[in-house]
Amino acid sequence: MWISGPVVRVTTHQPARMMEMVFVSEERLIGEIIRLRGDEAIIQVYEDTTGLEAGMPVFGTGAPLSVELGPGLVSTIYDGLQRPLAKFVERSGPWIDRGGRFPSLDPVRRWAFRPATSAGITVEGGMVLGTVQESAVITHRILVPPRVRGTLRWLAPEGEYTVAEPIASIQTASHETTVTMRHSWPVRMARPVRRRLRPSIPLLTGQRIIDALFPLAKGGTAMIPGGFGTGKTVMQHQLAKWSDADLIVYIGCGERGNEMTNVLKEFPHLEDPKSGRPLIERTILVANTSNMPVAAREASIYTGLTLAEYYRDMGLDVAVMADSTSRWAEALREISGRLEEMPAEEGFPAYLGTRLAEFYERAGRVETLNGQEGSLSIIGAVSPPGGDLSEPVTQQTRRFVRCFWALDRELASARHFPAIQPVESYSEYAQDLLNWWLDHEPEWARLREHVVDLLRRDRRLQQLVKLVGEEALPDEQKLALYAARLWREAFLQQSAFEPIDRYTTVEKQLAMMRVIDHWYERASELIKRHVPFYRLAELPVNERIMRMKLTPNEEAATILHLVQEIDTEMETLAQSLQV
Amino acid sequence: MRRLSGTACRGLQELHGPLLVIEGISGAAYGEMVQVRDPHGELRYGRVLEVRPQAAVIEVFEGTAGLGLQDTTVQFLGTTFELGVSPEMIGRVFDGLGRPNDGLPAPPAVVWRDINGRAINPLARDYPREFIQTGISAIDGMNSLIRGQKLPIFSGAGLPHNELAAQLIRFANLPGESQRFAIVFGAMGIKHDEAALFREAFAISGLQKVAMFLNLADEPSIARIITPRVALTAAEYLAFDLGMHVLVVLTDFTAYGEAVREIATSKGEIPSRKGYPGYLYSDLASIYERAGRIEGLSGSITLVPILTMPNDDITHPIPDLTGYITEGQIVLDRNLFRKGIRPPINVLPSLSRLMKDGIGAGSTRDDHAHLANQLYAAYARAGQVERLAAIVGEEELSVVDKRYLAFGERFEREFVAQGPDEDRSITATLDLGWRMLTELPKEELTRVTEEEIKEHLP
Repeated sequence: MWISGPVVRVTTHQPARMMEMVFVSEERLIGEIIRLRGDEAIIQVYEDTTGLEAGMPVFGTGAPLSVELGPGLVSTIYDGLQRPLAKFVERSGPWIDRGGRFPSLDPVRRWAFRPATSAGITVEGGMVLGTVQESAVITHRILVPPRVRGTLRWLAPEGEYTVAEPIASIQTASHETTVTMRHSWPVRMARPVRRRLRPSIPLLTGQRIIDALFPLAKGGTAMIPGGFGTGKTVMQHQLAKWSDADLIVYIGCGERGNEMTNVLKEFPHLEDPKSGRPLIERTILVANTSNMPVAAREASIYTGLTLAEYYRDMGLDVAVMADSTSRWAEALREISGRLEEMPAEEGFPAYLGTRLAEFYERAGRVETLNGQEGSLSIIGAVSPPGGDLSEPVTQQTRRFVRCFWALDRELASARHFPAIQPVESYSEYAQDLLNWWLDHEPEWARLREHVVDLLRRDRRLQQLVKLVGEEALPDEQKLALYAARLWREAFLQQSAFEPIDRYTTVEKQLAMMRVIDHWYERASELIKRHVPFYRLAELPVNERIMRMKLTPNEEAATILHLVQEIDTEMETLAQSLQV
Repeated sequence: MRRLSGTACRGLQELHGPLLVIEGISGAAYGEMVQVRDPHGELRYGRVLEVRPQAAVIEVFEGTAGLGLQDTTVQFLGTTFELGVSPEMIGRVFDGLGRPNDGLPAPPAVVWRDINGRAINPLARDYPREFIQTGISAIDGMNSLIRGQKLPIFSGAGLPHNELAAQLIRFANLPGESQRFAIVFGAMGIKHDEAALFREAFAISGLQKVAMFLNLADEPSIARIITPRVALTAAEYLAFDLGMHVLVVLTDFTAYGEAVREIATSKGEIPSRKGYPGYLYSDLASIYERAGRIEGLSGSITLVPILTMPNDDITHPIPDLTGYITEGQIVLDRNLFRKGIRPPINVLPSLSRLMKDGIGAGSTRDDHAHLANQLYAAYARAGQVERLAAIVGEEELSVVDKRYLAFGERFEREFVAQGPDEDRSITATLDLGWRMLTELPKEELTRVTEEEIKEHLP
C-alpha cells in the first residue's frame, strides 16, 4: 500500500473496475478507482486520509459513484458526495468527521403520490408514472427510470409512500422490475434525452447588463472569469436568486464556508419573483468548501449536474451555478500530480479540456424522453490566478461556453457592480434570441444595438482622452462619452444589495433603455444645432435619469415620464439659446 | 488513532532537504508524528508525508542538518500532531511547534487536539454580522472588520503592516468585553525586532490575554508549516470551548508559503505557479477557513493574517490564493507610504466581503453603505484623473475633473491618514467621509440618496 494525500495505491485480489466506488479501511472512507494496472488499483479517496496505514483493507462495491434521485432533494444541502450536511451535524456537531455514511433521501418520510396513468399500458424510460408535490413550487414527476421498457403491471393508488416503497411494477422483456420513487444514477454519466433543441428562449435574470447586453439562453452555458474581489460569487448568488429557472442547483466547489452559510440563511427569507415563495423551495445546494477534502470537490460538480439533469428530465428549466470551476480543475491537477502524470500547461493534466467539454456539454435545451421540453443551463465561475485570463482553465473553458462575462478589477475597485467588462464580454446567444425578443418586445433589439455601438465608441474615445484630455474633444464626442456614462451608471450598474435595484423586470429594463436612448437622440440633435455640450450635461433631468433605477418594478411605467421631461427641458434649453 | 510509543527504528535510506526516507518498517500511518534522535541524542520532530510499502517519507521540522544515515533513529509515535490545550495557555509564549519558550513548564493539557482541526460544517456556521470598531477610518468606514471574519493585510517589505496590526489590536478590544477577549499571535519567520514590537503593543494595550507562538526568522523553516495550525488549535479551544472572542494574528504567510514550497520541491512534486505546489490553495484554505462563528456557541475566531507581497506583486501566488479564500483584504500601498500617508491603506484594491451585512442602521449608521460606495467611486475617478493629469497636464482638465483631483488629495490626507494613537469612532469616520464629499459638485453624488445628502452633507 502506498498513500500520498488523497491518492492510495493498493494490491487487489478481486476483479475491480475503473470508476468503481470502494470503501477504504475499517472506517469505510469513500473512494473511487481511477487506475488499474496488473493487480494494483489506484484509488482517489474522497475523505481525509490522515492516519491510514499500509495493509488496511479495501472493500469493492461493484458500482460506480452514483447519486440517489427522488423526492426530498429540493431545499437540501449536500456535500460533494450527496451526503446531507444536516446528518453530519447530528452525528458529530459543528465539525465534519470523516467516514459518515447517510442515505441521501430521507428513507422514512412519506410523500403523497398521485398516479398519472394506469396499469396495462406499455411504458419506457422517462414516462411519468405519477407526481409528488415536493415543495410549494416543485411538482416532482416520478419517471420510469431510463432504459426500463415494458408493460406496466401495477401502479400504486393515490396515497403516501416512502422513497423505498414500491409504487409500480413493470414487466420487461426479461423480468419484472419493481419501481420505487427513488433510483440511483452514476454521476459521471449524462442522463439520456430524446433530442437536443436550439437554445432560443432567454433565461431572464433581472440583471440588466446580462439581459440587455450579454443574454443567456435557457439551456445555455456561461462563464464568469474574474480575479478575487471582482464579484463572481455575488453574481452567482444574484443569478441563483433572480433567474426565471424552475429549479436552481448551486454547487459551492472549493469556496468559502461562509458563502454557503449566507445562501442558507438568506434563501429561506427571499421571495422568488415568479412564484412569490421562498427561494429555498426551488434550490438544491451542493457544498464542498475549500477546507473539505479535495477529491470530493472533483466529484461535487458531477453530483450537482446529475441532480439537475434529473429535474430537467421532468420538463423543468434548471440552472446550475458552479462556483468555482477553477477549484475543480485544481482538484484534477492535484490528483494528476500525485499520480505523477505528465503535466501540460501550468501543471494541469492534458485532459483538462476534455473534462471541461464533458461538463459543459451536459447543458442544453432538450426534448426529454417523455416528449416534454426541459433545459439545463450551466454558469461556471472561473478564478484565474492573478486575474490573468490567458491561464489554462479560462482559455479551455472559453472553448466550450457561449457566454463570456469577463469581470474587471478596475470596475470592481470603483465599486461599479456587476463589474462585467462591457467590451471584452460577449454572448453568442444574442443572435439566437433575436426572434424571441421580436415576438415579445420588438423594440429590444434596436435599443440593444444602440447601447452596444455607443459603448464601443466610448472605448475608442477613452483611448483618445488618455492622450489629449476630455476638454480637447469636440462637443459631439464629449456627448458620446457622457451618454456612455449614463448607460454605465444609470443602467448597467446595478446593486445586488438594494431591495429595489437587485432585480429588474423586463418592463422596467425596457423603460430605462428607452429613456437613456431618447436622451442621447435628442441631445445629439441639439449638438448638431450648436447647443454647447456643457449645457446639456447640466440639465436637471440627468440626475433623475441617474436615479431611475430606484423606481420599484411595479411603477416601471412612471419611468417613461422622463421621456417627456427630457423633451421639455431640451426644448426650453434650445429656445433660450435661440437655436 | 492509537496512542502508544513504538520502538526506535533504524534503516534510513535517504536524507534530502527537510525529508528523510526510512525503509524496513511496517505500519506507518499517513500524517503520523515521529521523533527523530540525532547522533548526539537530541530529539527532533517530524511527520509522515507519504506511506510506501515497508517505507515512509518523513518531513523533519527542525531540518536534517547533522543527521546521518547510520546513527539516526526514528520512533513512530502512533498519533497525529496534537496540541494539549488549556485556559492557561493565555499569557504564555511558545515556540512554533507549541512547546513553551518562556522557561516555564508546559501548561497542563485539559484536552489534546489534532492541530489540523476539522472542517466546520457550513450548515453549522453562523453568518458573521457583528461590526468591530478598529478606530481606523480606512477600515471602519470603507472595509469594516466583522467579528468572525478572516481579513488579511497585504503588505510589502518595509511597509508598516506591523504597526497597523498593532494599532488594530489596540483598539479592537470592545469595551466591557475584555473578560471574554483574547489574542492568539502566531509568527512564522518574522524578525526578532518585529516580535518585540508586537510584545510591546500587547503590553501597552494592557492586554494580558495573549498566547504567542513564535517561529522567528532564524529558526527552522519547516516548523513554520506547523505554527499557524498550532495557533489556531489553541484559538479554537479558547473560542469554541471557553466561549471567548479570539483575535488571531498570523504573520508572515509569505514565509509560510515558502516553507510549503521547500517541502514540495524536495519531494519532487510537479509545481504549478512559481514553483509552489498545486495544492497550496487547499493548504491555505485549511488554515484560513478555521475562522468564523458557530451557531449556538458564543465565541468567535477573527483572523488577521499578514503577508508581504514579494515585489509588491498582488498577483503573486501567496496573496492571490489568499485573496480567493479570505473575506477581503486590506492592501498597503508603497506610493501612499512615500507620500507620507499613515497608515498607507489603498482602499481601492482593499475589500471587506462581510461589510455589507455588518453595517447600516442598528450597527453603524444607515448611510454607511451608500457613503462608502460614493467615496469609492469618487476616489477611483480621482485616480483616473490623476493619471490623465500626468499626461495632459492639470490645466487641460475639465472643471469637474479638477474637483475630483482635489477630493482625492484631501481624502488621502484627512480620511485615510491618521495618527497611531488616534482612535476615531465610527460616527466620526462617517462624518469625516461626508466632509470629504463637499469637494465635489452635488450632481456627482449619485451613489447616495437625496435624503442622505440633505441629512449629512455639511
